[in-house]
Amino acid sequence: MGQYFTKLFSNLWGDKEVRILILGLDGAGKTTILYRLQVGEVVSTIPTIGFNVETVTYKNIKFQVWDLGGQTSIRPYWRCYYANTDAVIYVVDSCDRDRIGTSRDELASMLQEEELKESVLLVFANKQDMKGAMSAAEVSEALGLPRLKNRQWSIYRTSALKGEGLDEGLDWLVNAIKGT
Amino acid sequence: MSWKKDEDTDELGALLHLDRSTVLQEARVFNETPIRPRQSRILLAKIIFLLYRGETMSTTEATELFFSITKLFQSKDMSLRQMVYLAIKELSTISEDVIMVTSSLMKDMQPKSEVTYRANAIRALCKIVDPSMLPGIERFLKAAIVERSPSIASAALVSSLHLFGDAKDVVRRWGNEVNEALNGKSLSQGSSFFGASTNQNQVVSTSNIVQYHAMGLMYAIRQHDRMAVLKLVQTFSGQNKGSWMGGSAATLRSNMAHVLLIRYAVRVMDDDPSLAPQLSTLLEEWVRHRSDMVSLEAARAICHLRNVTSKQLTPAVNALQLFLSSPKATVRFAAIRTLNALARTNPEAVQPCNVDMEGLITDSNRSVATFAITTLLKTGNEASVDRLMKQMQGFMAEISDEFKIIVAEAVRSLCRKFPGKHSLFLGFLSGVLRDEGGYEFKRSAIEAIVDLAKNVPECKETALAHLCEFIEDCEFTKLSVRVLHFLGEEGPHTARPTVYIRHIYNRVVLENAVVRAAAVNALAKFGASTVGDASLQRSVRVLLKRCLDDRDDEVRDRAAWALRMTGDESVRDKYIRDDSTFALAVLERKLVEYCADPGAALKGSFNFDNVPRISRAQEVEARDRQRQETMDAVLTGTTLKTPTSSKAAAGKGDLSADTAHDAGASSGFVDIFEQQAKYASQLNAIPELAAFGEQPLVSSQTPAALTEAETEYGVQCIKHVYSNHIVFQFDITNTIPEQVLEQVEVAMEPEEDIDGVLQPVVVVPISELKCNEPATAYVAFEHLDPETFPAVSFACTLKFIVKECDPATGEPEEDDDGFEDEYSLEAAEINAGDFMQATYIPDSHALWESLGEDAQSVETFALSNFDSIKECTEKVVELLGMCPLEGALTPKSKAAHQAVLTGKWLGKSKAVARARMTYQKGAGVTMELAVRCEEPSVSELVVSAIA
Repeated sequence: MGQYFTKLFSNLWGDKEVRILILGLDGAGKTTILYRLQVGEVVSTIPTIGFNVETVTYKNIKFQVWDLGGQTSIRPYWRCYYANTDAVIYVVDSCDRDRIGTSRDELASMLQEEELKESVLLVFANKQDMKGAMSAAEVSEALGLPRLKNRQWSIYRTSALKGEGLDEGLDWLVNAIKGT
Repeated sequence: MSWKKDEDTDELGALLHLDRSTVLQEARVFNETPIRPRQSRILLAKIIFLLYRGETMSTTEATELFFSITKLFQSKDMSLRQMVYLAIKELSTISEDVIMVTSSLMKDMQPKSEVTYRANAIRALCKIVDPSMLPGIERFLKAAIVERSPSIASAALVSSLHLFGDAKDVVRRWGNEVNEALNGKSLSQGSSFFGASTNQNQVVSTSNIVQYHAMGLMYAIRQHDRMAVLKLVQTFSGQNKGSWMGGSAATLRSNMAHVLLIRYAVRVMDDDPSLAPQLSTLLEEWVRHRSDMVSLEAARAICHLRNVTSKQLTPAVNALQLFLSSPKATVRFAAIRTLNALARTNPEAVQPCNVDMEGLITDSNRSVATFAITTLLKTGNEASVDRLMKQMQGFMAEISDEFKIIVAEAVRSLCRKFPGKHSLFLGFLSGVLRDEGGYEFKRSAIEAIVDLAKNVPECKETALAHLCEFIEDCEFTKLSVRVLHFLGEEGPHTARPTVYIRHIYNRVVLENAVVRAAAVNALAKFGASTVGDASLQRSVRVLLKRCLDDRDDEVRDRAAWALRMTGDESVRDKYIRDDSTFALAVLERKLVEYCADPGAALKGSFNFDNVPRISRAQEVEARDRQRQETMDAVLTGTTLKTPTSSKAAAGKGDLSADTAHDAGASSGFVDIFEQQAKYASQLNAIPELAAFGEQPLVSSQTPAALTEAETEYGVQCIKHVYSNHIVFQFDITNTIPEQVLEQVEVAMEPEEDIDGVLQPVVVVPISELKCNEPATAYVAFEHLDPETFPAVSFACTLKFIVKECDPATGEPEEDDDGFEDEYSLEAAEINAGDFMQATYIPDSHALWESLGEDAQSVETFALSNFDSIKECTEKVVELLGMCPLEGALTPKSKAAHQAVLTGKWLGKSKAVARARMTYQKGAGVTMELAVRCEEPSVSELVVSAIA
């Protein structure tokens, strides 16, 4: 079985890293998730002006993860980084009910991009450790995920601070990419 | 990969033939995954090379490129990352949205990142942040400034210096950190730090560069606080005697920082002369510093001091003398250059070095040799000149044009010094004219000959002959024109004018249109001036008639004009022999204004009456001064220093004792017209004042200071006289950073009764006056009775509302309503002199005669309070507000003097004043003042101005 996987990965990607974008509104927890994935701990972050890019190794697969700033002023530049993207991790602040609409609109316009047609979508309903957080189903409904067509997607409830749900999400991602 | 092979075989050649579009095409490589570090790095080098070469990139191209480059941040390759930093810095000014790399750069500058990354990231980051983002990174920059690693600290300091321009108040807050970097105990640990961290080619600092950068930034932060700068200088002065080498001076480890410190010390001395003695002792100590760089800088500083004494100069010159024999060419060059500059002002001080400098004439470095020769020419005596000139001829062929110009200029000043040697100089100059050389060099040689011809009458004919020979084979049109003009001026007064006419007419036959036109003008002058010789005039007319067939319009026009003028004696005198000219700068400006205004042509043709006239002598002086300044700049490299300091002296306007010597007064003449035109445009910007007339008839030439220097508020008063109004202009400066003044106005209380003569009509206040941003307030009076001209003095008071403000921003505090305050000023006066416009009137003697005694008013004054005639003349000029004619301000004898002054009353009626003075010790000056004016009643008024 192990042999099978090795063979499969080398066929699929060779040495190539899997290119992942982490997107979402400002303050959703993108940078925290990135470093939680990379170094396994919570680092203090400041609003990202621009982007962070790190290599994350998960289950022997190298991911090249781009965390793009979510501020209104920076969102227009997301598209500069869409090319060759294997997967998008879309992070939502589950407590921010006011802006879930904005989040949906940004997601929708992003998914319309030609360059992201082949990318799989993983949504993290983040900040589940907080009181009053929306459930995964609520977030999914608010983002209009069920109505997506021709898109492989999944949603996980996560808490970047506690490190919950991230691994499950990545496991799904690995399988999803493997499947395509 | 064939592409890669290309690069391997001929990387350098590829750089030379780079093409912008190809490079931009190749930039796609940045978007590839995985990143190809080597190719990307080379491509980045190409892009930077293109930008350095001056290639331009559109914003769209640059932005696209920038975003592809940001993708390279995913690579961990250190060399690639360094190139990325460089590219970002270059693109930061062209591309849009460069803030996209902010986070990435901030991550790279964090303490846990590589040293190589950190320093470069700081430099790049500071290029892309705008001042509003600065508070976000302030913490990191402050930490970086005090970082032990020199490369990081330097990067932070230099970046802060760049940021200082846009974000002064933020950077000012870092003073403590900068100070720590400046005083940093020891950076020697730096080397071990590096050894441990990385093998990159880090400069292991032995130069203490951090201190240098910290010194520069510290000064930038403190430069406006004179005491702080003084303290900075004193801290590092190592003033405790006896141990200055090893003692506290040891805290200044960087020689470059020391050089900076010397420059700052000089600036302190410039600003506050009272500190000069103390600081010049320091400079003297620093001359003995063991580093030649520091020693040279200190010596140079001393040599450039204003009013330097020979006692101060001796140690500096001694040090420079030693440097003259240094094995390093740069040191020799620096030393000789300083001595050369010093020799211009203080030749005696340089004389002790003569022997050493003669040794340098054969120096293998031609620049050193040139400076040596030209310095020697200035310091040498008449006997050594022959020898030097011979040596100079020897190497003229070996030096570049730039230095030939210096030599020509040196010879030129030498001509003035030793007129007896004129044949030698002329021989030399005509020799170099025959050699190859560029325009500038030929021009300075020509000017030198022209100078000689003007100043040494004995050699005039020889000089003219050399010039004639030169134009027979001259490749520079401009120079031919110059020489022809000069021949036209001087030729007619020589014994045999016909010789020159032949040369001039040759030009008409042989040369291009521009030269032909100039030749026609020269001929016209011959035709006009040789009064006695009728046959010559006839011949010239024949020649001019032939010019009427010329194929060029301009030449024909000039010939026709010349024929007409030479035929008619009255117009001839007016146009060809006129000794006055328009103030050219003003004429040019007015013509430009006239052409720029579409409605102007409809209103009428250009009015020459508005253009002031100056005498030829004044024009020549102005030109000489300009030449002197440019030469100074060429020779000393202190372009900024000389002109500003001289302008500052003139601008202060205390034309009283020291600045009013002849050259100073009349060379500023042309500027005065400019100044008045500026006043007019300022006045016309205010509707109430613009209603008084197009421009004032008369404006004061020099502002009168109504406050002492160095007080809280500075006020200068300038008076403008209109036909029916008088306007007082107050230029007010607030020097208190903590205050903003609002509703600033000047209250004027007449000290005598002015009813029926003057009536206040308009007061224009300044709405807001911030620190060191001078503004102008006006008070206008209506002049009710145009027949009487008041002489009144007004008590002046400055009235305003004070508000506290933040010194850094200058914004007043919001809830501060302020309080009213007053500040009393010195009295402002108006008297007869203020109605007189100082104008040069050509041919004042004829005017004097034609006005006759009927228009004259005479009075004799016994002025016992003057100690010399010179002093008295200056005062009279000031009081009458008239223009002193040539020689008026430079009495030839101490006992008796006659000064002639001219002016226009209310800018219209011409007036001439003659002051005859005698001086007797004990009795003071006795002066007989006679004034004649086109309006006789005025003569009396003018005379009364003295009483």
